[in-house]
Amino acid sequence: MKLSTFSRGTLGTITGIILAVIYLPLLVVLVNSFSTSQSLTWPPPGFTFEWWIRAFQNQGAVDAVFTSVQIAFISTGIALVLGTLISLALQRFEFFGRDAISLLIILPIALPGIITGIALNNFFRTIMGVPLSIWTIVIAHATFCIVTVFNNVIARLRRMGTNLEDASADLGAGLWTTFRLVTFPQLRSALFAGGLLAFALSFDEIIVTTFTAGSGITTLPIFILENMFRPNQAPIVAVIAVVLVVVSILPIYVAERVAGGDKSDRR
Amino acid sequence: MMTRKTAGKSIGLSLLAMATVAVLAACGTASSGGGGTAALTELGENEGQVNILAWPGYVEDGTNFPEYDWVTPFEEATGCMVNAKTYGTSDEAVTLMKTGDYDVVAASGDATLRLIAAGDVAPVNTELIPNYANIYDFLKMKAWNSVDGVSYGVPHGYGANLLMYNTEVFPEAPTSWDVVFDASSPYKGKVTAYDSPIYIADAAVYLMAHSPELGIENPYALDETQLAAAVELLKTQRVNVGEYWSDYLKAISSIETGDTVVGTTWQVIMNYLAEGTTAAAVLPEEGATGWSDTWMVASAAKNVNCAYAWLDWIASPEANGAATEFFGEAPSNPGACDFRADCDAFNAGDTEFAGKLWYWTTPIAECVDGRTDVTCTDYSQWTQAWTEIKG
Amino acid sequence: MNRDALSSRRSAATVSPPRDTVARRGSVYLSRHPRLRLTVMLSAPLTWLVLVYIVALVLLLVTAFWSVDSFTGEITQSWTFDNIVKVVTGSLYQNVTLRTIGVALAVTAIDISLALPIAFFMAKVASPRVQRMLVIAVLMPLWASYLVKVYAWRSVLSGEGVLQWFLNPFGIEGPGYGLTAVIMTLSYLWLPYVILPIYAGLERVPDSLLEASSDLGAKPWGSIRNVILPLIWPAIIAGSIFSFSLSLGDYITVNIVGGANQMLGNLVFANVGAANNLPLASAIALIPIVIIFGYLALVRRTGALNNL
Repeated sequence: MKLSTFSRGTLGTITGIILAVIYLPLLVVLVNSFSTSQSLTWPPPGFTFEWWIRAFQNQGAVDAVFTSVQIAFISTGIALVLGTLISLALQRFEFFGRDAISLLIILPIALPGIITGIALNNFFRTIMGVPLSIWTIVIAHATFCIVTVFNNVIARLRRMGTNLEDASADLGAGLWTTFRLVTFPQLRSALFAGGLLAFALSFDEIIVTTFTAGSGITTLPIFILENMFRPNQAPIVAVIAVVLVVVSILPIYVAERVAGGDKSDRR
Repeated sequence: MMTRKTAGKSIGLSLLAMATVAVLAACGTASSGGGGTAALTELGENEGQVNILAWPGYVEDGTNFPEYDWVTPFEEATGCMVNAKTYGTSDEAVTLMKTGDYDVVAASGDATLRLIAAGDVAPVNTELIPNYANIYDFLKMKAWNSVDGVSYGVPHGYGANLLMYNTEVFPEAPTSWDVVFDASSPYKGKVTAYDSPIYIADAAVYLMAHSPELGIENPYALDETQLAAAVELLKTQRVNVGEYWSDYLKAISSIETGDTVVGTTWQVIMNYLAEGTTAAAVLPEEGATGWSDTWMVASAAKNVNCAYAWLDWIASPEANGAATEFFGEAPSNPGACDFRADCDAFNAGDTEFAGKLWYWTTPIAECVDGRTDVTCTDYSQWTQAWTEIKG
Repeated sequence: MNRDALSSRRSAATVSPPRDTVARRGSVYLSRHPRLRLTVMLSAPLTWLVLVYIVALVLLLVTAFWSVDSFTGEITQSWTFDNIVKVVTGSLYQNVTLRTIGVALAVTAIDISLALPIAFFMAKVASPRVQRMLVIAVLMPLWASYLVKVYAWRSVLSGEGVLQWFLNPFGIEGPGYGLTAVIMTLSYLWLPYVILPIYAGLERVPDSLLEASSDLGAKPWGSIRNVILPLIWPAIIAGSIFSFSLSLGDYITVNIVGGANQMLGNLVFANVGAANNLPLASAIALIPIVIIFGYLALVRRTGALNNL
């Protein structure tokens, strides 16, 4: 389909405008991080580096980032394992209840976070009598991260087909060896992309986390929520947001290169 | 290939398992709260740590502001390491206390009675707290922090829900809450109010002055008719409200930008407004609601000695002064004024000012004004009413 | 070359036979029993999901049939339909439900109409290098905290904010805080989640199909309507699931930019906090659950669930 230059130009312009709109609030955040106003008013009354200096010295913020990273890593890890298992099961086998299971996987992310949050809170505290802790957060996050891994892996499995695995089995490789040497390398980029999205989801999650976090556990979103109440802290939150966005360029770029490498041919 | 039968069987089994769990749970949902409800009789060894639940800004340990730290000196003096958790609303505090994870809670009056009723906090033996004696008498043994002559905590400080107004829109300070309750308000879309069911009491305070025929004696003791009148007033107000606020950052930003020109505010918000913001606050002639937070000890407290140590510490002049100055409220200990320069701005010790305030108290069915011929509406009814008012 | 040399060369080139370990025998056994293999693979994730999620959900919904003692806040397990009746017939709940569904549909419509051109550009028009940059550009905002983005919008929409400053020369009054603001902010927040599945779907449409279509004489718009749209329809629906369900339950954004409005999420949140009225909160939570299940059932046929 040949699009006229005009159409391509229009599409490009529209894309540009949409991207501009996407980044406008982020620019506002960036400007706010240098603003002397403590309550994020616009236009900014003055320019200062104070918040940047404070943010890096703020022990609470640094701890919160570490906690979030820890939780995100573990949740992503669990989601990767469970997601891969379930994608392999669903894609390679036909059985009754397959649709139900794919529905089940989506549910944690399809149902509103507040429902998942209060359900898990009720479950952990009242039913199981387990105190809330960092592990309850991990369990909650892993549950809704499974779907992102599942989507990426199952899409890749569909494209992969079973030929190579059959060949490997014909050559005498056992199940685990086949998985390790044949299937996994092909899935790697899908796992990375899915894992990255899962990490981002877990890292920024606030609603379910507030309901499943034990006392004393402060993830980054909880830190931000608590400090948006504090006029002296609000600009520090803007700094944190800017740092996160900038830092995220690297893993996203890597993911794109890795995943882009074996993108399906446009032909 | 899994056959339909075997697959069907496994699905069936899992459903059965689920149903069993549900039934078992239905039979035995663990109840929360409980624990000892007797006050401590004598102090023992400090346990080494204490878990505190409080408003943000009540338990500062220097990580947010190096110059504001009344936790480290406490830890050094008593050996009790402090683990603090903050909450955003009183309702959140009540829910969190049910987990049994905390030893001490700083609760506002709209939470205290609920905590006491649920058995989540225990009476406090004030004789074990030396600094308690110095606290202003008008804060002690009130309806919100004591029951039947038994004290449930140590007052922290007090503040009022003042009327904020934009000085450009109101060249002369308003003198009455009229400006926010007026049905045909010229400030439509720019009025604000506190986002909590307890705000119904503010409407009741207004009705006390302007509709005396309703017979409201205490804005927290409203029977069905009185509550209905307050709800009517608030529904009329709703049309003019631009936004309700429960976190004061929101309030600060909308006052500074002029999105809000009149409404309920706290002194701390006024203090944080940027230079040049044309806003001021006043206590109107009808009076106002206020709040006096209470430090309470959890009934399931694991570190009860450290809890008492904290209560004593935070009631001491220096810590009380630092904490209340940071938050922006009047102290509960007169000695605190030696450690802060702004006591007057908060009307510290001004009994006349304090007397005009109706401190937040949890509405309960047993009328807090002493009436026995009617049942008053309780907090859950106020909550229902509040969600209906907001629509 | 004699036979022995040939065979020895061959045997030198082959792999040694596998050792007969337990793992090997297990692997062999599993290879021959696909059902068992399936069960083994499914057991861990399924147990997790059912135990952690489904059971928790069911138990929550069970509490909708209970009530709470208003004085102590303890849940009494006396079975009653009061909460369900209140939620279904109360005008407050009906209004809020309609409002919430309206907002969610508006957000979904806006997001899809914004996502389609940008996804199309990314997938079909842009060069590979630009494509990669665009994907990164679309994904980066996901890392800026949700809360920070909403507060940024609050600042943008305020009476003295960027938007008003932009509209002033035209003499137009900005929307301020309210439902319009909520729709704008939510559309903004979920846009990347809608772009991604549509982009993935568009990528899977082979160029050869489009070329064939134009060879057969279709104008670009015709190709889009008759070839591309049907093919990416599941992907569009998949994206819509995200924006619809995320908007349906959101309460934080409404709190920050929604002025005095409430949506379903706020009602649930208010009841979980206030007097710990979990039964009523669960009853209200039933509304979005029913809506989402209905929506998922509707879209299952389109195959969208495979495209998330």
